[in-house]
Amino acid sequence: MLNFLAKRLLSTLPVLFIVSLLVFLMLRLTPGDPAAVLAGDAASTEQIALIRTSLGLDRSIPEQYIIWAGHLLGGDLGQSYYYKTAVTTLIGQRLEPTVSLALITITLAVLIAVPLGVMAAWRFGGWLDKALMGFSVLGFSVPVFVSAYLLIWLVSLKLGILPVQGYKRIADGVGPWLYHLTLPAITLSLVYIALIARVTRASVLETLGEDYIRTARAKGLPEVNVLMRHALANAAVPIATVIGIGIALLIGGVVVTESVYAIPGLGRLTVDAVLARDFPTIQGVILLFSFIYVMVNLLVDLSYVFFDPRIRY
Amino acid sequence: MAATPDFEALSVESATVHVQLSAWQRVRRNMSVRIGGTVMLLLVLVALLAPWLGTVDPSLFDPASRDLLPGKSGEITTLEGEQIKHRFLMGSDSFGRDIYSRVIYGTQVSLIVGVSTAVVALAFGIVLGLLAGFLRWLDGPLMRVMDGVMAIPAILIAIALVAMWRGSLTTVVIAIAIPEIPRVVRLVRSLVLTIREEPYVEAAISLGTPTWKIMLRHVLPNTVAPLVVQGTFICAAGILTEAALSFLGVGLPPDIPTWGNVMAEGRAQFNEYPHNIFFPGIFLAVTVLAVNILGDGLRDTLDPKMAKRG
Repeated sequence: MLNFLAKRLLSTLPVLFIVSLLVFLMLRLTPGDPAAVLAGDAASTEQIALIRTSLGLDRSIPEQYIIWAGHLLGGDLGQSYYYKTAVTTLIGQRLEPTVSLALITITLAVLIAVPLGVMAAWRFGGWLDKALMGFSVLGFSVPVFVSAYLLIWLVSLKLGILPVQGYKRIADGVGPWLYHLTLPAITLSLVYIALIARVTRASVLETLGEDYIRTARAKGLPEVNVLMRHALANAAVPIATVIGIGIALLIGGVVVTESVYAIPGLGRLTVDAVLARDFPTIQGVILLFSFIYVMVNLLVDLSYVFFDPRIRY
Repeated sequence: MAATPDFEALSVESATVHVQLSAWQRVRRNMSVRIGGTVMLLLVLVALLAPWLGTVDPSLFDPASRDLLPGKSGEITTLEGEQIKHRFLMGSDSFGRDIYSRVIYGTQVSLIVGVSTAVVALAFGIVLGLLAGFLRWLDGPLMRVMDGVMAIPAILIAIALVAMWRGSLTTVVIAIAIPEIPRVVRLVRSLVLTIREEPYVEAAISLGTPTWKIMLRHVLPNTVAPLVVQGTFICAAGILTEAALSFLGVGLPPDIPTWGNVMAEGRAQFNEYPHNIFFPGIFLAVTVLAVNILGDGLRDTLDPKMAKRG
């Protein structure tokens, strides 16, 4: 197991290396002087010269990459010219809202999607199954910002139940924090529910055809136990996988959702950075999100051992 | 009436022979393809006939006709400075532009972006996938790069690229297509690896057919069905991402009428004029839904293996 863990950890290194290379090259392939681009539109000639020497932009591309990657490994993502602070500090300030939103969304999605998927598979071809399949196509097709405004209009403006936008830190109390995040989390979870429910349904449907299910039923086990202990438990690996893959979808959704609901998180930071053409910040956020994506999928891989005892690394 | 034996049914001519339906026949009989295809056809017509559907130039504005509710009549100034009567079917925005015209012309942009994204992603994906499947030395490095691209969330790649290149139709299409390429490469590569084990490819190799000819004549035609299916889903993703970029203000310039831009402009006044967001939103959702349903139908009929997988 430890051996596998080490191997699997090592296998993420090439991916992370490629990601860093792509993010590095993105800026170098931009027409124009990267130093001028990094310094921003309002920089003086001296500032640009300073950036050029500090990043070694007067040297060859491989040398530049080594210098840049060296900074990166030391936890230095550079300076944001727009906010005039270190990018790492900036990310640290914006982390809480995004992590809160993502965690609530995942919890909500899993709690709703998995039972829905199991029930749809259980009553395969029934009204719930058909409704769920219809909903999942809809969930993939209605963009986050359209469903967001639909929910705002219905829940906030017409019913007046939840706030239209804004965010309260968890330090100000769990109540207000949850109150402000409920609607964004529901919005963001829709597509995620569609994805997880669909895979849960397909996966449980497959296990329900197995002999051990018939045995379990034949020995008089309550249907709930058959579904949860036998069908769902054996269907867990694909479900865990899709939750991991869905993180990419979630990150994309976070960027849009935070913008609609005016949540001061990393997604909002990304959009603001792009509008200000603040490249160090854009690079930093992309690196962070990709790192999270790779790490979550590493965890998902490791969780297979827990879900399926047959898998021994 | 007495039950007379149905001689007709017993005759040799009427014995049901199960004819294997051709792929095209299966596609045409599929309900999802019919529904999705019909809606898409209508949208293509709307895009082509935009100037004759009671629209005005989508960039025309009139200060006197600002913030009109749907169905209200008002005036709009043409480029020649002439005031014409116009009925604002979907209302007008805060510049006094006709939202109906902007939404109808937005159909053109969305369809062009969706189809071009699919074409660009497929073109690069096919070439890279064929190379990875046939050239052993290239396979490893190329697939690692693809893994790297896939590790970066698609919308972030698109946002960053558009930010660097500045928004235009070409840059937006390429920026949206790039994160879709790895999935095509993986698909083509896996197809190539399967197909090259087929007897007819072995036969071609043993006859001394050059590699490029085997790729084009024997392998590529067998990848068409799964690629059409994949292309449909990329088209849907492309339309969605373009709308998201425009909505965030980092896509096509605001003067181009796209659904995302119309929605972005409607944000500030959403409380009073929610229809500014809902009309383009409905068009966007229906279009993506139609493409997805069409894709599902094509997958079920053209690519049964893929349909089983999920």
